[in-house]
Amino acid sequence: MKLSIVNYGAGNIKSIQFAFQRLGYDAILTDNPEEIITSDKVIFPGVGEASSAMVKLQQSGLDQLIPTLKQPVLGICLGMQLMCSHSEEGDTTGLGIFDVNVKRFSNKVKVPQMGWNTISNLKSDLFKGIKEKEYMYLVHSYYAEQCEASIATSDYELEYASALENDNFFGVQFHPEKSSKAGEQLLKNFLKL
Amino acid sequence: MLTKRIVPCLDIKNGRTVKGVNFVDLRDAGDPVVLAKQYADLGADELVFLDIAATLENRKTMHDMVLKVAEQVNIPFTVGGGISSVEDVDDLLHCGADKVSINSSAVKRPELINELSDKFGSQCVVVAIDAKEVDGEWLVHLAGGTIPTTLNLFDWAQEVEQRGAGEILFTSMNHDGTKAGFANKALAKLSNLVNIPIIASGGAGSIQHFVDTFKEGKADAALAASVFHFGEIPILELKEALRKQDIPVRL
Repeated sequence: MKLSIVNYGAGNIKSIQFAFQRLGYDAILTDNPEEIITSDKVIFPGVGEASSAMVKLQQSGLDQLIPTLKQPVLGICLGMQLMCSHSEEGDTTGLGIFDVNVKRFSNKVKVPQMGWNTISNLKSDLFKGIKEKEYMYLVHSYYAEQCEASIATSDYELEYASALENDNFFGVQFHPEKSSKAGEQLLKNFLKL
Repeated sequence: MLTKRIVPCLDIKNGRTVKGVNFVDLRDAGDPVVLAKQYADLGADELVFLDIAATLENRKTMHDMVLKVAEQVNIPFTVGGGISSVEDVDDLLHCGADKVSINSSAVKRPELINELSDKFGSQCVVVAIDAKEVDGEWLVHLAGGTIPTTLNLFDWAQEVEQRGAGEILFTSMNHDGTKAGFANKALAKLSNLVNIPIIASGGAGSIQHFVDTFKEGKADAALAASVFHFGEIPILELKEALRKQDIPVRL
């Protein structure tokens, strides 16, 4: 299986590569459109700030490429947020794959949300073998609102969409690569899609 | 619901764990990678590695260690000790560290916090603060708590938040090593004052101390070393006890 991780200079992607390595798969880090198009599965990672990450995507033309991909694509954390319509962070227009807006948590709660929270209302093959209220590791200040595309929800200040699905596109707000055995199960499920 | 985190801290010297670690059934308790995996399996939520002998010469050893931990451990970890520049952090994140913790270097040059959070995002910037209560005032100390400053803990905590820290690791020098409980009054004040997560450190001796620091100290996470390393408090038992007290934990 050819597995690629979109490399556009956004954060700690090594962890994702290592997580697949622990499952016995070699993932390549690449920004080469040809490599990405010919992959069986594509991971779209990201940590950091939304508007500058989007600028990097635009500079490499990846913003045009990603929405046209036909194979299963998994956005992680900021990757997922960039696949949405719009983010309040830096007033950023997203890739529009998920028809939902990304907003900032208010100061009624500590921001960023940092740590392990539960995921509920699971509805996707991505969560096969993962139980309701399983714990996943999250670090984020912005969240996707509840919407049609939601396949998991979490609670922090309010109930929000912690995972999204639209056709071949998937997004998770949490970090499966850092979420112990449950995270590994999710990555395995993604590889089987 | 977001859970409270239990964070074992490993002191590292020349790529090996120090401070005596006494786990049963471990091939090499001095190997940080073996230990880290063990802790991840036992239910630790996060790990902190502190390079206590950070020098230029052993920097590569530390990088190798971070790389191996990242390869093998499936929970998040923070690396601290001797970090004073954007390049230092870039290197560690490239080796697979999730977060870095800075301490004295941030006091000496507070702009470092801005530079790191601008470049890498505040989610990976932990500012560690060692403070001691002297005549009723909490003063920040440097170099592992040995050098006093005139900086007030609460002023400094607000400043690091404004500069973009994602989290504060507060160690009370009055409580560290005493096993008599965390500095809950100061912790609660901190937690109310800033809007980023606070990790409590210094003073863990019993399960009740963890209950107290989450309830009274309003801490978001609690860090300890020896009570975990010597198996005095098994993490699973700790978490079960916390849950019985209605403190949300990952079990």
